[in-house]
Formats: sequence, structure tokens, C-alpha cells
Amino acid sequence: MSDLALPAAAAANTAAPTVAARPRGRALAYLQAAPLALVFLVFLVVPLVLTGIVSLWEYNEYEIIPALTLQNYADVFDGCLSADLCTTVRTYLSTVKFVALTLAITLPLGFAIAYFLAFHIRSGTVRMGLFLLCTIPFWTSNVIRMISWIPLLGRNGLVNDTLRTLGLIREPIEGLLYSDFAVVLAFVHLDTVFMIVPIFNSLARIDRRLIEAARDGGASGAQILWNVILPLAKPGIAIGTIFVTTLVMGDFVTVGVMGGQQIASVGKVIQVQMSYLQFPAAAANAVVLLAAVLLMILGLTRMIDLRREL
Amino acid sequence: MDQPRGRAFYLLAAVFALYVLFLYGPTLTILALSFQGPSGGLTFPMNGVSTHWFAKLWEGVGVIDIWAALRRSLALGLVVMALTVGIAFYAGLAFRKGFRGAGLVFALAVSSLIVPSIVVSLGIGLEFRLLDDAVKAFAAATGWGFLQDHGTLMGLYSSALGAHLTWTLPFGLLIMFAVFNRFDPAYEEAARDLGASGPQTLRHVVVPILAPALVGVALFGFTLSFDELARTSQAIGGRNTLPLELQGLTTTVTTPEIYALGTVTTAVSALVIGTALGLTLWLQKRRARRALAGL
Repeated sequence: MSDLALPAAAAANTAAPTVAARPRGRALAYLQAAPLALVFLVFLVVPLVLTGIVSLWEYNEYEIIPALTLQNYADVFDGCLSADLCTTVRTYLSTVKFVALTLAITLPLGFAIAYFLAFHIRSGTVRMGLFLLCTIPFWTSNVIRMISWIPLLGRNGLVNDTLRTLGLIREPIEGLLYSDFAVVLAFVHLDTVFMIVPIFNSLARIDRRLIEAARDGGASGAQILWNVILPLAKPGIAIGTIFVTTLVMGDFVTVGVMGGQQIASVGKVIQVQMSYLQFPAAAANAVVLLAAVLLMILGLTRMIDLRREL
Repeated sequence: MDQPRGRAFYLLAAVFALYVLFLYGPTLTILALSFQGPSGGLTFPMNGVSTHWFAKLWEGVGVIDIWAALRRSLALGLVVMALTVGIAFYAGLAFRKGFRGAGLVFALAVSSLIVPSIVVSLGIGLEFRLLDDAVKAFAAATGWGFLQDHGTLMGLYSSALGAHLTWTLPFGLLIMFAVFNRFDPAYEEAARDLGASGPQTLRHVVVPILAPALVGVALFGFTLSFDELARTSQAIGGRNTLPLELQGLTTTVTTPEIYALGTVTTAVSALVIGTALGLTLWLQKRRARRALAGL
């Protein structure tokens, strides 16, 4: 499609090199951006709009029926006004718990690593090498990286074996694999890189003279970190946090594989409903999930005013 | 910055080392365990060393044709790679010139990263189901023969391809932004002053200068697609990609065969990354050599 644009550019250039090229260049820009816009229109905007519409449709065991109803949303929040929490609220609480735990680990860890790479490594080549070292595992399949915990955390895994040999435990610890612990561990394993990269980017952009000025002004290391570096790293921290939040909120694979298919998560609910062909119900859940994620992101951007930082 | 290394350095270096161990440890464990002897299980100790499980893998895993899934994933990854490079490159050019609605398109690209994968997947799945319904209704209404046995439009190169592009294109676009930010337009102006047409400038000046970055975008596109699971899960139709088959196998296969499979897919990824990095280095070296020759 973009290739069609090339003859137009050629014509523009031969006709009048500088003056007339402007409006034609504009037209060319539209053509060049069109494929990208088209992909997002067909595979993001239309699907989301359809999800919103279908979430308002009726369904039975065999088909979805294009008749408006709010029943799907009523089902999602069924019983939520009563004293004990409904399934949806409990599922969201469980999911948010994973978000909080994952953030509590990935954020300081990601910051420490990004800080180490940006400020303590003096050679650019070494920095690039170490940076690559952190990102390479990102290129292999998530599922493989998840199952690679089995020989370590399993009932007869390396951790249990070592502890038993050392005489620290008699019976193997059961809750290492297929538990909340395993899920959080896998999230940290898979998602810390999404913290490291944006925070590293922010840190790399900090003008080193600011830090020297702070030091000359008599600030201690902790003060520099808290009053100079941290505020300047905020955009990176925000982007990393948004990434991790979204990944964990919508996840169903990690929770499924590492939780032994036992732990509830919003993504898993949607996936199960889809597999039973309950599309309107799944769509309603997806709309609620999207709203929840957007609210969380909005809250985050409020807290740090991303616009201004960028 | 040229002070002696303080306590903070050693502390952070230790954190970094532990993190790298944490990152690679488990994967290296399954790489080792995939060479488990025929009587060995999913955990240590190793009962001998053999390629038994690779041989088993070669024969196939259960009822699933794992090699067909691998071929599908490779083919789709290559298509996604080519499209990501092409679309992101031209979009990068467009954003540099500026156009009305640029802000909106950028917002779309960013939201594509932010919308949870399962929601995108569900949406695309729904879209294609409704399309199929529409086609069937249309076939019933018109009685056109060629539409009568319409199955589904959902497939590897329609819905799954689109789902992958919603994931790879934002990354590609962000890389292109970073690249064009550092690109000096003087090269293009020089080419234009010497009488090069727009396409000639692109082909002989812009693309060669950006080649390493484009290789980077290609690398991103391929590996993101090759490992993509969540976005494809509801949008793939009948035949699965390798990550989807793998996810299914995690609950059914309880032999080191699955580690062998893990080793093979990791090797494929490593091969692709290695090739791409090698290509980038070669391009940079060639450019440096040419620059020297030019002097």
C-alpha cells in the first residue's frame, strides 16, 4: 500500500522541488501513516467497540442474540450489594493483590538494576552488554520460562531437596509450586524487564551535572537519590508501573500455569466464558476489566502528571 | 563520577548478579534437564545423559503435531516481522512530516499496549465471529453458491496476524521515533540537492543509514510474534501456534520431553536473535569501512 505512495513523491519532487512539495508531502504522510492507522482501526478500535456492543446482547447456550439487555452486567455484579463479597469483587481483589505484590517487588528491583546500569557502570559497552543480558530472556517463550520453575519448586524439586539435605525441613514444602507464591514469582521473573527498560531510559537522560550540583550543594547520597534522581525518574517509573499493572491485570496464562489452574483471575474468567461460548458475558467482563485498568492508569498519571514529565 | 567504588556499588552489583542468576537459572535448569537419561524425570538428579527426549520429541508429542505448530509460528512470525518493519518505517516517516490526526494515531498505538491482551483477543475473536455470521446470513439471503460452505474468516493470516500486529506495531513505532529523533535530515537534503528523487533518497540514503535500527524492529517483530500467546488465544481459529500448543502441553506432558521442546524453541529464538545481531554488527562495520574508504 505504501509503495503506491512512492510515484506520487517522485512527481512532487520533479514538479517543484521545494515549494510545492509541502502540501504533496502532507498527502504522502497520510498514505504512509494509513497502513498503521488501518491496522489499529480494524484490530483494536472496531473489536473494542464490538465488545462494548456485544456486552449488551442476550445469549443462550447456542447463540448470541442481538437484543439489548443489561443482564450481563447484572450477572457480573450479581450479589455485590450483599454483605459477603460477590465472585467478581473477590476475583478482582485476588487480581489486584497480585498487581500489588508484583509491583512491590518489581519496582524497587527494577529501579535498583536500572540505577546500577545507568550510574555505576562507567563503560558504555559494558552497560550495553549488561542491559542486553537483562533483556535476552525476554525473547524466549513465557510458557517455557514458567515451566522452567517446575524442577526448582516442585515437590521433589531442587529447593525442597536442598532444604531436606540440609536438614532444615522433614517434609517437602507443598506450596512452592501451584500457589500464590509461584504466581508472583513468575510475574517478577517475566515482568521486571518492563520496569528496568523505561526506568533506565529516564535515568540515562538525567543530566549528570544536576547530581554534581546537588553534591556540591552538600546533599548526601540519600538526599540526592530522593530529591533529585527519583523525581526525574518518575516518567520511567510510571511507564513501568503501567506496563506491569496491565500485564498482571489481564493475565490468564501465568495465573493458570503457575497457579495450577486453581487461582481466580479476571483474565481467566473471561477466557473460561469464551471457551463456553458465553461471548456477551465475557464481553461484559472485558469491559469491566478495561474500565478497571484505565481507572488505575488514570490514577497513576494523576499522581505524577505524565504529560508534564514527558 | 570518577570516585572509588563505594559500598553502594558492591551492594547493587550483588543485586544485579542475583537478578541475572534468577533470570537465567531456571531456563538453564531445563536446558540441562532436557538431556536427562531415558529413565529420568522432571527433576534432578539426572539419570544419565542422553538425547532420548529430543528423539521422542522428533517422533511427536501425543496427538498434537508440534512441528506443524512450529512451522506455523515461524511463518506467521516472518510475515509479522516483514509487515512490522514496513508499516512502522513508513509510519515513522509520516510522523516526522506531521499530519492531522497524528496525535490520535499515536494515542491508538499507546492504547494498544495498555489494553489487556485478553480484551484485544476477545474483541478480535468477536469481530471475526460476527463477520462470519454476516457472511453466512448474506449467503443464505443471496443463495450464492460459492458462499454456501463458508467456514470462518478467522485464521493464521487474518485474525491472528492482526492480533500480533496490535502488539508488535507499537513497539516498532516507538523504536522508529527514537531512531528518527537522532536522524540528521541534512543527509536527505544533500541527496535532494544532488537531484535524487524522493524514492531514491529513501532507498539510497535513508534506508541504508537506518538499516541497523530496521533490523532491530524486525527482531522485535519476529520474537514478539513467535512467543505471543495471550492475544492469539481467542483469535486464532482452528490451528494453534507453538506457544498455544505449549500452554496446552504444560498440563498433559509430564516427561522431560516438554523440556526438550523448551530447549528447541529457545534455540530457535537464540538463532534468530544471533543472526539479527550479527547482521546489525556487519552493517555497522560495512558502513564504517565505507566511510573510511570515502575519506
